[in-house]
Amino acid sequence: MLCDSCHERDAVVHLTTIENNAVHQLHLCERCAAERGVETTVATPKHPLAEFLHQQVPQPNAEGMRCAFCNTTMADFKATGRWGCARCYTNFEAGIRELLRRVHGNHRHVGRTYRPPMTETLERAAALGELKERLRRAIESEQFELAADLRDRIRVME
Amino acid sequence: MSVDLSLLPDGGVGWLDASGPHSDIVLSTRIRFARNVEGYAFTGRARDGERLRVLAQVREAVNAVPSLHEAVLYRLDELPPTARALLHERHLVSKELAGLDAQHPLRSGAAVFLADGLGVMVNEEDHLRLQSMRSGFALQEAFAAIDKLDRDLGARVPYSYHNEFGFLTACPTNVGTGMRGSVLIHLPGLVLTKEIGKVLASLQQMGLTYRGLYGEGSEVVGNFFQISNQTTLGRSEEELLDQLLRVVGHVVEREAEARRVLLRDAGYIIEDKLWRAYGTLRYARSLTFDEAMNYLSGVRLAVGLKLISSLSVYTLNKLLIFSQAAHLAFAEGRALTESETNLARARYVRRALEEEAGSVG
Repeated sequence: MLCDSCHERDAVVHLTTIENNAVHQLHLCERCAAERGVETTVATPKHPLAEFLHQQVPQPNAEGMRCAFCNTTMADFKATGRWGCARCYTNFEAGIRELLRRVHGNHRHVGRTYRPPMTETLERAAALGELKERLRRAIESEQFELAADLRDRIRVME
Repeated sequence: MSVDLSLLPDGGVGWLDASGPHSDIVLSTRIRFARNVEGYAFTGRARDGERLRVLAQVREAVNAVPSLHEAVLYRLDELPPTARALLHERHLVSKELAGLDAQHPLRSGAAVFLADGLGVMVNEEDHLRLQSMRSGFALQEAFAAIDKLDRDLGARVPYSYHNEFGFLTACPTNVGTGMRGSVLIHLPGLVLTKEIGKVLASLQQMGLTYRGLYGEGSEVVGNFFQISNQTTLGRSEEELLDQLLRVVGHVVEREAEARRVLLRDAGYIIEDKLWRAYGTLRYARSLTFDEAMNYLSGVRLAVGLKLISSLSVYTLNKLLIFSQAAHLAFAEGRALTESETNLARARYVRRALEEEAGSVG
């Protein structure tokens, strides 16, 4: 469809106006729309990577979604090509999975796995606690061989 | 406040000493891991206070990491632009961390820990960018060092990690292993024999990419290329490393072959060209950076071909770093205009070559 104003370029902006109770449809190209002061909603990414990603990320209704932790929106990501925090990966998970498939040809990490120290420390403490409880019971029930074994294991862990 | 690089072993450029394998062709090998600290927004989104807390937390942990026991901390956010440029020219910090990139102004909490062949940039695009640097073509050694550093640090600082996506990074192109291995390689033979186009095209098919001397966005000058892995997700660190090792190994062989062909088929033309490059460096009174890089490339090739024997690769490597603008200004003790820089550069190069000249010719 050609632009109603210049009749040269393709119309990309479809403007509906109401004047004197009559509905007018106006189809304009980007330039003529800009001349009339109509803002086009086509966001132009400022970052070269973002431009590429812009084409890659599926554009569902996630547009208005906002990361609860860092306030990043899909629009922010498109402008910068950067996520705002680790939670964004969970909040925008579906879109990210598709994006990673296109960028890396895969979305599943197969490299080394990692457990943050907190969990490890907690798990170690939990295991130690359990061993100590078993030791107490072993002594109570006079299973001295088992108790000696448990005591050795506790000593190693501590 | 100025920067005291003498605190660093070898001024932080031990990786230039040309002691590693294939160092006539490969200048250096680097591996970096991108990591983020759990509990904070990524650097670009974090508030000043959060970045400072990240730095404090990392600083505490670094004290307990054996390989960083003697590390020196530079607070980029407290250094003047000249000192930051110096660290950048030495390839010890990125342009972004140094706040020299118009797009990324200097951030509070921007810092780097530097130890022998290892570095940890704090508050770069990701909270942590661990780096391992080695002379020559030494991917396995560089990997062993960074892997150890990563495990030691990761046991003290909780990293952001996702079971499906791996290590989480600000930019989706780094997610997964967060690993980028890169080899800084000099390929004048392939450029002169016009084979380079084919080689670079094949890199991309193999999942690798190339950049200039200063990484992302930098131009190729002096026939120096940085070859690195393109993807970081869907393959293990070992697989990525192995791929880089095989492909770069192949490029090194092709470069060596190209050099043999040049010498065999165009001996005197090449010899003349390279001696002219040497002559220019030895006697020119003004040199731009690009000129210096191109002539140094020629002289480096001549040394590799054993046409010039009394000049060491180490000296040439040092010239690459020390003939840059911030280093020249630092040596002169004042800010220099562009033409003054070119004069200072020519003077610096001339002296360095004179010192080693002895029996050249």
